[in-house]
Amino acid sequence: MAEVNTGDGGGHGKHEKKRAKKSSTRIDMTPMVDLAFLLLTFFVLTSTFSKPKAMEINFPADSKDRSKDQKVNNAITFIMTKDNGVFYYNGEFYPPNNKDAKPPTELTKTDFSKEGIHKLLLDRYKPTLDAIAILDKRFKSKEIVDTTYKRLINLEKGNKDALTVLIKADDKAIYKNVIDLIDELNVCLVGKYAVVDMMPTELELLNITNK
Amino acid sequence: MPKIKMPKSNPSLDMTPMVDLAFLLVTFFMLTASARVSEPVVVDTPSSNSDKLLPENVILVTIDDKGKAYYNINNYDVRIKTLERMGAQYKVDFNEKEKKEFAKMTSFGVPIETLKQYINMDENGRLAAKSPGIPLDSLNNQLGDWIQFGRIEAAKQAKTQKDKAEKASRAFKYEPIRFAIKADGKANYINVKQVIKVFTDKEIYRFNLITNLEKGNE
Repeated sequence: MAEVNTGDGGGHGKHEKKRAKKSSTRIDMTPMVDLAFLLLTFFVLTSTFSKPKAMEINFPADSKDRSKDQKVNNAITFIMTKDNGVFYYNGEFYPPNNKDAKPPTELTKTDFSKEGIHKLLLDRYKPTLDAIAILDKRFKSKEIVDTTYKRLINLEKGNKDALTVLIKADDKAIYKNVIDLIDELNVCLVGKYAVVDMMPTELELLNITNK
Repeated sequence: MPKIKMPKSNPSLDMTPMVDLAFLLVTFFMLTASARVSEPVVVDTPSSNSDKLLPENVILVTIDDKGKAYYNINNYDVRIKTLERMGAQYKVDFNEKEKKEFAKMTSFGVPIETLKQYINMDENGRLAAKSPGIPLDSLNNQLGDWIQFGRIEAAKQAKTQKDKAEKASRAFKYEPIRFAIKADGKANYINVKQVIKVFTDKEIYRFNLITNLEKGNE
């Protein structure tokens, strides 16, 4: 590569001119390109593209310091169990032979398909969804500004007559189902939901129903 | 017969645009990349439609499909401080080298008693080692202590940073530490519930549940 110009010894001719050696201005870029692509490959392979996504959720504080009988106006309770099973019942829970002489609660089986929970929720949540749709329209026609819009939506979701969803899971339920359900609730814009512990009477009924 | 002369063309082509592009890409990836870290456990998180990004400043508890818990906290200095606090609590001494090594690690799922050996392994050893999970039952609630100390140290660090920023009259945006749970979809819900119980016992009620973004919309 490197050339050392040694000259011709002592035989300098008269006519010889001193001339700068003409060298090409191009340099061989191949090694640099190699290196660049090596680095490129390295970074492509080591970088993680997708940042993890997360859903934020509030869990209720320990229920000890709360009054046992919390009246819920419009509630639906989902109970998860083994083999992706989901059951639900409406309103409050009445064990058999209860003192109010109400008919005992029965669990209805549902599933995570489109015809299952999604439809059920849309159905039960219709009043709020309708109200939200009206707000949407008003927002689109610029009747209200976005801060008002957001506030009104939250108000609508938190309305005391709006559907409240309780999520319960037994010992054999898997985490995925709980997430699926919460996700479904988020999709259906349900604002009031909580993951809570199961009552022993509910577990009993579940074990009887889900043989 | 006259010879057919092929036009002599220079076989070397101008590589400058390609090199430009290559370096542009290299720069892009260098700046955007956050190196993938080898976690001791791979969890398959369930998918959801949530497109919220996970906050940077988190205490992360990972739950694998067997229900074992792993702990991770991001910040280098906070990690060292947390380890010191834990060491003092459980009477385990860690030397400077071990602390530094610990700060460079990611999630771990070993009880504090064997953490020393775990730290002293090399990376491959750690990956090969079976993690028994961090104990979190009420008798030996190490996970709770990790969370508590991590939280306190993170708050302390935020405070010193804020003081520093105020002294230099720079703006300082305080980001409180968040709590994240990354559980395997196949994990039993009861295991997740136990971890949540550890959090709620420390009066932490707001979590980020890490999920994958679902493809397509329902």
